[in-house]
Amino acid sequence: MPDKRVRSSANELKFRDPSQARALAERLADLCAEVGREPISLMHVCGTHEQAIAKYGLRTILPKSLDLIMGPGCPVCVTDMPEVDEAVVLAEDGALIATYGDMLRVPGTAKSLADAQAEGARVEVVYSAAQAVDLARSTQQEVVFFASGFETTAVATAAVALQDDLPPNFSILSAHKYVPPAMEIVAQIPATRVEGFVAAGHAATITGWGIFEPFVERYQIPVVVAGFEPLDILAALVRLVELIRDGTPAVSNMYPRCVTREGNRVALEQMWKVFRTAGGRWRGIADVPDGNLRLRPEFGHLDARLKFDIDMQRLWQLAPSALAERCICGAIMSGLASPSDCELFGKECDPENPVGACMVSSEGTCKIWYQYGGRPDL
Amino acid sequence: MMAKPGIGSQTREERVTLKHGAGGRAMRMLIEETLAAGFLDRSTEEIGLAALDDGAALRIGDRWLVVTTDSHVIHPVFFPGGDIGRLAIAGTVNDLAVMGATEVLGLTSAVVIEEGFLHSDLERIQRSMQETCREAGAKIVTGDTKVMGRGELDGIIINTTGVAIADAVVSDAGLSPGDRILLTGPIGDHGIALMAARRGLGLEGELRSDVAPLNGLIRRALDAANGAITAMKDPTRGGLASALTEMAEKSRVGIVIEEAAVPVTPVVRSAAEILGLDPFHIANEGVAVIGVRPEAVHAVLDAVSSHPLGRSCAIIATCTDEHARRLILDTGIGRRLLIEPEGEPLPRIC
Repeated sequence: MPDKRVRSSANELKFRDPSQARALAERLADLCAEVGREPISLMHVCGTHEQAIAKYGLRTILPKSLDLIMGPGCPVCVTDMPEVDEAVVLAEDGALIATYGDMLRVPGTAKSLADAQAEGARVEVVYSAAQAVDLARSTQQEVVFFASGFETTAVATAAVALQDDLPPNFSILSAHKYVPPAMEIVAQIPATRVEGFVAAGHAATITGWGIFEPFVERYQIPVVVAGFEPLDILAALVRLVELIRDGTPAVSNMYPRCVTREGNRVALEQMWKVFRTAGGRWRGIADVPDGNLRLRPEFGHLDARLKFDIDMQRLWQLAPSALAERCICGAIMSGLASPSDCELFGKECDPENPVGACMVSSEGTCKIWYQYGGRPDL
Repeated sequence: MMAKPGIGSQTREERVTLKHGAGGRAMRMLIEETLAAGFLDRSTEEIGLAALDDGAALRIGDRWLVVTTDSHVIHPVFFPGGDIGRLAIAGTVNDLAVMGATEVLGLTSAVVIEEGFLHSDLERIQRSMQETCREAGAKIVTGDTKVMGRGELDGIIINTTGVAIADAVVSDAGLSPGDRILLTGPIGDHGIALMAARRGLGLEGELRSDVAPLNGLIRRALDAANGAITAMKDPTRGGLASALTEMAEKSRVGIVIEEAAVPVTPVVRSAAEILGLDPFHIANEGVAVIGVRPEAVHAVLDAVSSHPLGRSCAIIATCTDEHARRLILDTGIGRRLLIEPEGEPLPRIC
């Protein structure tokens, strides 16, 4: 008699149903044949999508003519070296840095936060901005929340910044990024030839799908908002190729169970109350106008960049890692190269000793390839 | 071997880290390149260190003496579903059993205790060892005791060695294309229960380690198979992915795993998904992987399923001559490689 505690199906959730997945894959193959040229290059801009694609082996059932590229979809990966340097300097100068676990090993110019920690600096992993505030309440030490993430996470930081009676020893070093401008940058790179974008469902939950309308208008490239289960992703790809076949660039929401046109108004209001967009570099990719979220002047008292004099010159005098110069994370995140094109991948660079940020984060392309064995022909 | 340069420091000397003890690729490299160096004689038909199997099998006349040893350290010492005493007995009994040696001649027990360890805890561990021995039909025949200063170790270490005589031994390297692979029970219970207990995840009520002696269950499998069992292994540290990787590499076959067929309890599946962990990478202490020639697979399945520890036994995989030495996971939707973990799997942090 089978053990009642155990249900053997790994795919019992309806968004993981294999027979529906096969039906969608067949539909996708038919549509690609109707388009009739190859490759059809599509880009998703979210590490969670890449995780799901790799985990469920979706690439093995996609038509050969479809090239699904992962773009700059990992906020940890695009955190620039000088941003890491700021956190390292603050930690070395005696502040307690509270940050998300993925940020610890992201290499700065000369060292990572993990290196600083090994040398005696205090770095604490937190799961939320609110937890960083709790830390500040429990100590006299200056606590700096090194905040990373796209708009999905920025709203949580904003909610904390808007709280009354924050402890005076709490401040925020924002490395938050804002996705929509980065899609424009990628759309403008001629070599990528992206014909359609799969947009991240969780970010769109906040911003609403309406935010992509001006983009579609300007670049005449369709955008489909997708969820994170395998059927969500396949359905979004089907919709995207339909739009390409019909020559009707538009925004399409294939994640209606979470995403609305307007998004989460309360969260957006809070986010824009606290943050403004600013230009700045996304690591390895480009300067992205409006691609960074920085605290507004009204929140200057919480801004670690104003509160402290952060002298990064001393780090910049140290020799950068020679390996880092051979890292091609930037090209990978722009969709121009694969991890297998990198001479460091799996050799000098692995999750234990990451050279590039893409090998650090669970949303980084290189880490995901390492974890799931790349894209062999199975 | 040249030390691998780390980030920020090109000259950092390589040291042993926790990942070298986690049962994954790093541990195997450490053993092969350092600890077993000089003892890797492959010229004999006996199973020795070169085989890197669960234990050794030495010829005595026309029978085999099977020996295995294991040091047990675990935090916390008492955990949902078991304790270090039960683990120390079951772990060694199971290493013997998966080599085909299901009747234990005797066990040794060497205990290293930290100064200050509670007497009552020691008694509790001792009772647990006795009880597990009774379940396994085994007994401790000799032992050793040391006490070390406070802070010189974390609580207690128990080493057990097991010896048994077997008419035939089963290695972990005998798979051939076409062989089917049975998994005797659900995976992930032990590792997830430990992680939940360590981190206070609030899931502990439903999560229990599977730690148990499997020699009775494996005896049934061997009797039903009539010589058709080609390889066995217990997927402890490193999880099912590491155990199957070792079997695929040593047997030079590919293994195609049907994900939907692999038993995982709903609570372990949910906890793993929340923590960002893969049940295939999580340690087990009460299940075995059994490779069987196709004609005998249903007989073995029936025999194992009739044992209380084998009620959710399932056929999970098939060996192929394609993709030799690799694990292919059929997710029901598509296919991907299944990679063994590098070191200890850590819960996702953000």
